[in-house]
Amino acid sequence: MTDLFTKFDDLIKTREDLLSTGVTDPFNLVMEKVLSPTVAICNGRETILLGTYNYMGMTFDPDVIQAGKDALDNFGSGTTGSRVLNGTYAGHKACEEALRDFYDMDGAMVFSTGYLANLGVISTLAGKDDYIILDIDSHASIYDGCAMGNANVIPFRHNDIEALEKRLKRLPEDAGKLVILEGVYSMLGDVAPLDKMVPLAKKYGAMVLVDEAHSMGFIGENGRGVCEAQGVIDDVDFIIGTFSKSVGTVGGFCVSNHPKFEILRLVSRPYVFTASLPPSVVATAATSIGKLKHAKAKRDHLWENSKRLHGGLKKLGFQLGTEDPQSAIIAVIMPDLEKGAAMWEALLNEGLYVNLARPPATPANMTLLRCSLCALHSDEQVGEILGMFERAGRATGCID
Amino acid sequence: MTDRADVKGRIFGLIDQFNKKGIEVSEETRFAQDLEWDSLTVLDFVAEVEDEFDILITMNQQAEIENVGQLVDAVAGMVK
Ligand SMILES: Cc1ncc(COP(=O)(O)O)c(C=O)c1O
Repeated sequence: MTDLFTKFDDLIKTREDLLSTGVTDPFNLVMEKVLSPTVAICNGRETILLGTYNYMGMTFDPDVIQAGKDALDNFGSGTTGSRVLNGTYAGHKACEEALRDFYDMDGAMVFSTGYLANLGVISTLAGKDDYIILDIDSHASIYDGCAMGNANVIPFRHNDIEALEKRLKRLPEDAGKLVILEGVYSMLGDVAPLDKMVPLAKKYGAMVLVDEAHSMGFIGENGRGVCEAQGVIDDVDFIIGTFSKSVGTVGGFCVSNHPKFEILRLVSRPYVFTASLPPSVVATAATSIGKLKHAKAKRDHLWENSKRLHGGLKKLGFQLGTEDPQSAIIAVIMPDLEKGAAMWEALLNEGLYVNLARPPATPANMTLLRCSLCALHSDEQVGEILGMFERAGRATGCID
Repeated sequence: MTDRADVKGRIFGLIDQFNKKGIEVSEETRFAQDLEWDSLTVLDFVAEVEDEFDILITMNQQAEIENVGQLVDAVAGMVK
């Protein structure tokens, strides 16, 4: 018998080597208690959270929590069925209405996760003879959607406008074409030049899908994302998003003005062949989305936090993923996995949680400490965070 | 007219630019194992090949190509 696990031997070894240095396993942290969107108890210690996607701090919002409790009481704990059979409740419809209102678009479809939204839309729209042109640093769910649909996939260099145009130019004129971009790329926290790329895609007759997972609620005048901030939202055919970040619960969605959009409900397998979200989840999502619409003050504070942390880390001598702050994600580039894990542990001992990211999730084989801010981090917390980075950085030799 | 020999010569020229380790290249040379190219190098190299011949090589096609000879065949097929 061939052991099917043999293919993982290299990875198992890398992990064992890392853990044998005595470092805490960065991929096995448990939050024992969660006190607020920015503070939890980890290993018995109060820890500031700087590695969640809780950008707008909605997880403990009293209205959101009340909506979830009411839905649990009135609709039960789960739907036990697919959206197209017995799994569409009033709450799912209300949630889609909240999305249409938030984005000012005609169509909205709620999926069970953002991963499934990408899978369900991309694989269904782009089939065997169609072309998908995407940024090489696209999220795994985008690649998996491409593979599932069996389309011809053509990647281009990250955020490279010229590379995109060269490829668009060479496509057969009458072929179906879908250009896939992200608003904010989650590894380095950099923003795409959508104001240049979206018009280019249109010029060459391609439809455009933008994944705004990391910008919803925060970027753009109304929090609709980078395509709103850069003034091209009207030319984007599909926006994909998730409830697992700014919205503060779980779920995914696609919004669109396409007149035939609704047919996707019948033909998208990741929509049809999985159970719909529990009533409490769609109720919390709808309430949160409604509040995000009017969260201008929070957006402003999150920008202030991001700018201050970015500037402060840069001044301490850390190498960052972007020259200037572009989103609520600030990536600190580590020389290698070992140093990265040591720094991660030193920060945890200081009482700070950040995300350790390593290949293959990261571009160019980088090891990153990814910090993501929350609109509810106080000014004092940002000050504390900078102090922790300074001490941990010195102790591990990451800065001098 | 582009024949296989011409395609081969031009592709060997492009490989040279990315062959930082100076590994000897034949039609049997494999990109990942022998030239030890990472995914970013592969992306840039493929872009060079695409520009040189004004073609598109999809990820699906790339997955089928392991060595230099296979790339020459694929490109020669496309520029016919
Ligand atoms: C760009 C992007 N798209 C999609 C997803 C998937 O979202 P979800 O967590 O809802 O599955 C994520 C989150 O990991 C993401 O970063």
